[in-house]
Amino acid sequence: MTGTRRPPRRLVLSWIALLALLGATVFIAYLPLGTANTVIAMTIAALKGTIVAAVFMELRERNPLTLTFAGAGFFWLGIMLWLVLTDYMTRPNFPPHLHWGS
Amino acid sequence: MPEARPARQFVDLRQQHDVARLGMWVFIATEVLFFGGLILAYCVYRSGYPAEFAEAARHTKIVIGTANTAILLTSSFLVAWAVEAARLRESRFAALLLWTAALLGVVFLSLKGAEYAMEYHERLLPGLDFSFASPQAHAVHLFFSFYIVATGLHAVHVAVGIAVLVAVGIRAHQRAYLEAYHSPITVAGLYWHFVDLVWIFLFALIYLPGRSG
Amino acid sequence: MSEARNYLTEDNSIRSWLLTTDHKRVAILYFIAITVFFFIGGAAAALIRLELLTPQGDLVTSDTYNRLFSMHGIIMVWFFLIPSIPSTLGNFIVPLMIGARDLAFPRLNLTSWYLFIAGGLTTLYAIFVGGVDTGWTFYTPFSTIYSNSHVVLAVTGVFIAGFSSILTGLNFIVTIHRLRAPGLTWYRLPLFLWSLYATSVILVLATPVLAITLLLVALDRAFGIGIFDPSRGGDPLLFQHLFWFYSHPAVYIMILPGMGVVSELIACYSRKAIFGYKFVAWSAIAIAGVGFFVWGHHMFVSGQSAFAGLVFSFMSFIVAVPSAIKVFNWTATMHKGWISYDAPMLYALGFIGLFTVGGLSGLFLACLAYDVYVTDTYFVVAHFHYIMVGGMVTAYFGGLHYWWPKITGRLYPEYWARAAAILIFFGFNMTFFPQFILGVLGMPRRYHTYPPEFQIWHVMSSTGASILAVAYALPLFYLGWSLFFGQRASANPWQTTGLEWQTPSPPPTHNFETPPEVKRKPYDFTTKGKARAQNA
Repeated sequence: MTGTRRPPRRLVLSWIALLALLGATVFIAYLPLGTANTVIAMTIAALKGTIVAAVFMELRERNPLTLTFAGAGFFWLGIMLWLVLTDYMTRPNFPPHLHWGS
Repeated sequence: MPEARPARQFVDLRQQHDVARLGMWVFIATEVLFFGGLILAYCVYRSGYPAEFAEAARHTKIVIGTANTAILLTSSFLVAWAVEAARLRESRFAALLLWTAALLGVVFLSLKGAEYAMEYHERLLPGLDFSFASPQAHAVHLFFSFYIVATGLHAVHVAVGIAVLVAVGIRAHQRAYLEAYHSPITVAGLYWHFVDLVWIFLFALIYLPGRSG
Repeated sequence: MSEARNYLTEDNSIRSWLLTTDHKRVAILYFIAITVFFFIGGAAAALIRLELLTPQGDLVTSDTYNRLFSMHGIIMVWFFLIPSIPSTLGNFIVPLMIGARDLAFPRLNLTSWYLFIAGGLTTLYAIFVGGVDTGWTFYTPFSTIYSNSHVVLAVTGVFIAGFSSILTGLNFIVTIHRLRAPGLTWYRLPLFLWSLYATSVILVLATPVLAITLLLVALDRAFGIGIFDPSRGGDPLLFQHLFWFYSHPAVYIMILPGMGVVSELIACYSRKAIFGYKFVAWSAIAIAGVGFFVWGHHMFVSGQSAFAGLVFSFMSFIVAVPSAIKVFNWTATMHKGWISYDAPMLYALGFIGLFTVGGLSGLFLACLAYDVYVTDTYFVVAHFHYIMVGGMVTAYFGGLHYWWPKITGRLYPEYWARAAAILIFFGFNMTFFPQFILGVLGMPRRYHTYPPEFQIWHVMSSTGASILAVAYALPLFYLGWSLFFGQRASANPWQTTGLEWQTPSPPPTHNFETPPEVKRKPYDFTTKGKARAQNA
């Protein structure tokens, strides 16, 4: 490929890293680690997401305003998850017992 | 043919590009909350039925799921590459990259369709003759409700993305984009990367739980 | 003064209107649409109040009554209140106020109007074929399993209209960030823009949650996916969490623009800068932010955990603070100002009084123990009507009159306008104050029959409603009259500050002959009350 058609290094490295993380997360899923399985899976997903956002979506090079907009959705999602789960975690009868008497 | 002048409400092309990008990020924030509502439902029910959700997740097709993830990640790589190519005035090469990414998107949807067909035959799809032999079938039903709505909505977004990539690719092929003006590729790219991002999380929530059980 | 070329006279073909990207024309298109919806929703209200004149359910069946209040709520919330100020006054004034030629995304703006119309027609069709009986709140599992009404159609209409909201908010956010005239820093922005910005943040972050929620309702109903069905392990409360996560911030979508208008009106008709500008500006942001933490106060008796109820109650008290700050600052602004009682000012004063009453009644409802007593009674109905109608609709009328000369190039007849404003205030209080009393006496909401001892209050309320109906119809006539026979307006008939008054009335299509450059803070009045334009 000519110079202008060569894929940029940062993109190639990111792609390889993403595929490697994919392989890792699938492999680890089969290891019996209890609740750590979920934590690790979500952490790896977050890592992959960060790579996509920072490198592919070029958030690394953006100004604070763009970063704020990019983060706002996730931050608000966090609020929703946190407050709603607060209800469910403190409810005495969730999940409902469907088979009363059985 | 290239649009060298900004629209009347903008001072220059740089401002127009900046504004277009900002607008796409605001749109992405709305999509985060759109899918987020589904994620909330998943979290609530998984916290209530952890064992059943793990059991249900074991019935998903991890080979297809993993392949699809790799396909989307690669297509994202190609789209990011296309943006760089456009910046270096390789407009036609960028078109090629965008179309290849779109093709990968089509492959993704085909695999998804095959996956749905298999699950339909296994009677795992809610509303479509669902049947699961277990006293906790209702929780498995909830899992697959989330599964089909989330991946279905995601597939719709992929389809839209494919159309956008093809259209932008056509314009790129017509050398409509310069180093100074290629914001449609950037903005379309942001959308496509976001679709990839959603899938990364859906994959972790749908295909991975319960594998070690 | 002259028939110069302006945005109205430039190309008057239907095609030019339906394909316009001029924010001012899009605003007019929205204005026509929401006015139609206002009267449709009002017709439903009229039938409701007619039924409630007598204790027996003798005008309509209970099923029809359910459909009436559902239609009233859906139309008024999504097709009048939410778009009202942002899509009409906002669309028109925002680019003018920041010295821009248009919004950031003009074609998206037009698209949002078409989405609004598509959603509105779908909902009207749903009503035409029988409507829904679920209330505007679509609670599950009634809406998903047991209702025999057109739920899927109705939620589809609202779903489509939701995208209209999102696009408007997106447009405003990017515009206010990036298209401000040179010299227009954030602290030089008129407060209307701070309020619209805060509104837009809510529009963009909350509406998508409504979209997914309504989609799940439609899917649950159509395919039985059971996500809210208790017999299948689902939780109906999950629907309420998702629904109110949007719908509580939605009420701030409805009121914040009104507050922004009131800031403009109080400054102009007191000929004085708003007292505590920064506090008023940031209070809008605070309302938008904290407003996302209080939704559970709609669910105190629903079955959510006591702990969650506690958290939501506490946050609901907090969210009242920034609103109170605004009321105090508006009042302080008027102190030692040069007050004039033009119609827009009458509306602004009405807003302050009625919003305060409505807001205070909200504090009663934020109190867990008291809410258990008055929840789902007319106390709640009175509370939100004081805010929405007494507050928001009043502010909308105030802004409409204030900017009428700018939008149409005509002055409205002042005495008719003042009469209408006073009649609205009187009719409103007569309609809704008795409802506070009814609520405390125990009258449940959404019931079309009641014990005979409540009748006196219902008769009072319905009488007030008939006065209100006349009062709301009046502007239709005199504003319409002014379009043809009203005195022509100068660029700045109120002699106030603000960039929108530095261009002719009506403005040319491109807004400003030369792009303005801002040199002053907003509301820059001398001690004698003389205005100094922001770009002077």
